[in-house]
Amino acid sequence: MAAVNALATATPLAVLLELVAAWLLVGVLGLARPHRIAWVARLLFPLGALVALAVAGMGALALSADFAMQSAVLPLGLPDLPFHVRLDALSGFFLLLLGSVGAGISIFAAGYFRQGEGTAPGLLCLQYHVFLASMAMVILADDAYLFMVAWETMALSSYFLVTTQHRLPEIRRAGFLYLLMAHVGALALLLCFGVLHGGSWLMTFDSMRAATLSPAWAAAAFLLALFGFGAKAGLVPLHVWLPEAHPAAPSPVSAMMSGLMLKVAVYGMLRISFDLLHAGPWWWGMLTLAVGLVTALFGAVFAAVQTDMKRLLAYSSIENIGLIFAALGLALLCYAFNMRPLAALALTAALLHALNHALFKSLLFLATGSVLHATNERSLGKLGGLIRRMPWVATLALVGTLSLAGLPPLNGFVSEWLLLQAFLSTPSIPHAFINMIVPLGAAVVALTAALAGYVMVKFYGVIFLGQPREPSLMQAHDAGWLERVGLAWLALGCILIGVFPQAALDAIAGVTQTLLGTVIQRGPAPWWIAPVAQAQASYSGLWLLLGMAGVIAVMFVLVRRMYHGRVRRVSPWNCGYPELTPRMQDTAEGFGQPIRHMFGPFFRIEREVPSPDDQLPRYRIQIDDRFWHGLYLPLARIVGWLADALSVLQRGRLAIYLLYSFLTLIVLLVFVL
Amino acid sequence: MNALALVSQLGGVVLAVALAPLLAGWVAQCRAWLQNRSAPPLLLPYRTLRKLFRKDAALATQASPLFRTAPYAVFGAMVTAAAIIPSVTTDLPLARVADAIALVGLFATARVFIALAAMDIGTVFGSMGARREMMIGFLAEPALLMVLFNAFLMFGSTALPTIVKGTLDADGLTLHPSLAFAGVAFVMVLLAENARIPIDNPGTHLEVTMIHESMVLEYSARHLALIEWASWLKLFNYACIGFTLFVPWGIAPHTAGPLGLLLAIVWLLAKLAVAGAVLAVIETVSAKLRIFRAPEFLSMAFLLAVLGLLVHLLLQS
Repeated sequence: MAAVNALATATPLAVLLELVAAWLLVGVLGLARPHRIAWVARLLFPLGALVALAVAGMGALALSADFAMQSAVLPLGLPDLPFHVRLDALSGFFLLLLGSVGAGISIFAAGYFRQGEGTAPGLLCLQYHVFLASMAMVILADDAYLFMVAWETMALSSYFLVTTQHRLPEIRRAGFLYLLMAHVGALALLLCFGVLHGGSWLMTFDSMRAATLSPAWAAAAFLLALFGFGAKAGLVPLHVWLPEAHPAAPSPVSAMMSGLMLKVAVYGMLRISFDLLHAGPWWWGMLTLAVGLVTALFGAVFAAVQTDMKRLLAYSSIENIGLIFAALGLALLCYAFNMRPLAALALTAALLHALNHALFKSLLFLATGSVLHATNERSLGKLGGLIRRMPWVATLALVGTLSLAGLPPLNGFVSEWLLLQAFLSTPSIPHAFINMIVPLGAAVVALTAALAGYVMVKFYGVIFLGQPREPSLMQAHDAGWLERVGLAWLALGCILIGVFPQAALDAIAGVTQTLLGTVIQRGPAPWWIAPVAQAQASYSGLWLLLGMAGVIAVMFVLVRRMYHGRVRRVSPWNCGYPELTPRMQDTAEGFGQPIRHMFGPFFRIEREVPSPDDQLPRYRIQIDDRFWHGLYLPLARIVGWLADALSVLQRGRLAIYLLYSFLTLIVLLVFVL
Repeated sequence: MNALALVSQLGGVVLAVALAPLLAGWVAQCRAWLQNRSAPPLLLPYRTLRKLFRKDAALATQASPLFRTAPYAVFGAMVTAAAIIPSVTTDLPLARVADAIALVGLFATARVFIALAAMDIGTVFGSMGARREMMIGFLAEPALLMVLFNAFLMFGSTALPTIVKGTLDADGLTLHPSLAFAGVAFVMVLLAENARIPIDNPGTHLEVTMIHESMVLEYSARHLALIEWASWLKLFNYACIGFTLFVPWGIAPHTAGPLGLLLAIVWLLAKLAVAGAVLAVIETVSAKLRIFRAPEFLSMAFLLAVLGLLVHLLLQS
């Protein structure tokens, strides 16, 4: 009873901190019996999911209209540098995202992780929950010091999760690349905070908010933040780690990285650009918008030609992050021209798309995990026909597929709709060139959204439809019940947001109120949104769903009543060709061929085509990222060359090192004296 | 919302569903006349539907539930789309439920379902057709959206009834240059999306060149009937979108009574007759493009629509 009373009087912030501690405790408990799968998977992961639900609940509390911002100083950290935490609507929204999606992933993980796949389950449990806790702490942090500590913990714990199967060299390589990019980004963030304090040397966000920076320094801080968070989120050209690290990690971890960690980067970008820097001149928005649009198109085009299902999803994540940043840039742009309602619309689109992407991308990554467990195959060329062997996973993945393709009445459509509405209003920007250039961004968004549909048909069609491309697929089994519950939870989120979009927008209203001081217009009902004006544009997912379902039901009954429902099972017609082998179907390469053809200059293509008189004809094609060969490898060569040049200093003799210290000392003394 | 609005909403949907096969029959007849063939009966599509509904469905052994659901989903999406296009009257209660962007979304839903169903059996032509359909679709969809954007920017709304009202309320006939670009782009999208001649041939019997037909090769009986009906409805919907954007005259305004609605139906029939004949002419005078040229055709439509957008923004500022 006392505990209940204590909980009732505790502030949401205090409860959240306890929940984070609970996550850490769950993680540590995993070490008690690291090899007992029953202990770790059946007890600890579901416990973690419960904690995640509670985190989501607390986040939702912070979004209610009458919630006042809460902050606290923790008795942790360095003596003069205690940790500050704060809960406001922005962190509340991202905690809601983290908790609700994290709960689904944790339930799935409870059924997914098993003995003998690299790291011991107990250790995995620790890394997993430290990862979750560190993400929550990044969102709660209210000073640069805690922010960076949590940020680095997040990077490290996810690095260990990525390299779960560290015995494979390519996974170690992917992990190293990820760690490298994470630290390049973190370095930029460190510098960014170094600029933000504005000479006061106080590391709390409060003092950074109050600091007045000269335009040049503010711009420097913004660019550093864009670089740092962009590296984490996967903006072009800093995206190279994503398609390596996501496939290397176990599927629940890929889902967490793509669904949650990328969103933490979006949170950081919002926190710094809107809250700490109070937005800036219009070119900030223009730059973010341009980078976002390029990233979106790039990701979509590359996703279309992938042959590994998890790489395909990783590129699709790049695309979606691009859309989120484009919306964010649009919000910055409109804010710079003091068009608050329009900025609120764009920001709402960005936040809703972040939430939607977290839901459907996690769902799809988890579904690939089930497929991977059932078939031991990641390559699209060796899958197929799984809808008949794995009906549960296939059905739930279909929801995610249709959402990601941006089809009504699911959630992906709502955020794209909002984004397009925001673009439509940009001609009212009072600037001669911008109001002409920016609406054309809608063309890129439309193209990207349509490409996403292409990619998703390929993804779903090649994995789940058609005939099995390998005989072993006939033995594939459906996912266990815990995995199904996890998938169903996320699929339910996709459907609910799609059908009741206004309910999601209500949650976001608190964030736009905090950051921009305004909210978009409220729709007439939870299932009806009208962000600008009812006569101008409105959309109701529920009515659309009811309309379609009604037509389908009426038609079904009519056909049965007036005619019949007789079915004869026969072998497929296939235009009269007698034999039908799985090799006759389109391959993943074949499905991507039109895109490869049309967007040729995007890719670096290596082809090996057999000559007519080859005894063993072999066809091979490799599609690479131009950035990798054009930017990263030369950079790596320069770094290697510099290191070689500097290694002259390294003589391996103690006397010479002593000489170096002596010389340094003298030089410093010259400066001091 | 009054009773008349509800009746006209429901009536509009029924009218679209009922008239769509007639439009298809009319286009086929015009085509035959222009090509010096003896024309099939105007009501042939209705007879085809009846024939198909009566037959037993022959389903491939490995067909999944998705394969059987898809025809209903495609038909449902197309009928819902018909419900939000102001073909007869602008007084559509459902038009506030879904605007023109949602309309594009509904078309995309239908396309994705039919492409997925085509891949379900795992035949040669099914998956090839699905790939080609998605290739056409991913270029046609943004082009259509850009065409609609031209109208949105002009009237500041994505709701189709508002766009119609905007054109009807304007004094006199003003020619907008941006709409000219958009119009050309729209016709190109219409041809591509409805499997018409420069891109696809609705009457073809050569599997290798098919797009739409190769996707539905495995369908039979009632499933095929629904898919065919849905594709005719799609043509009808596209024609009506064209009317709302470019020739909205004759569509009954909010204030129209029952007599006005009847007049609007006559107008619609007249416009459909002309549009069908024009479509037949276009199909007769043009040759089918190689499949590899289809992306060029569609990217031109996309660029034209974007150009229209640019022209509008340039003239406005």
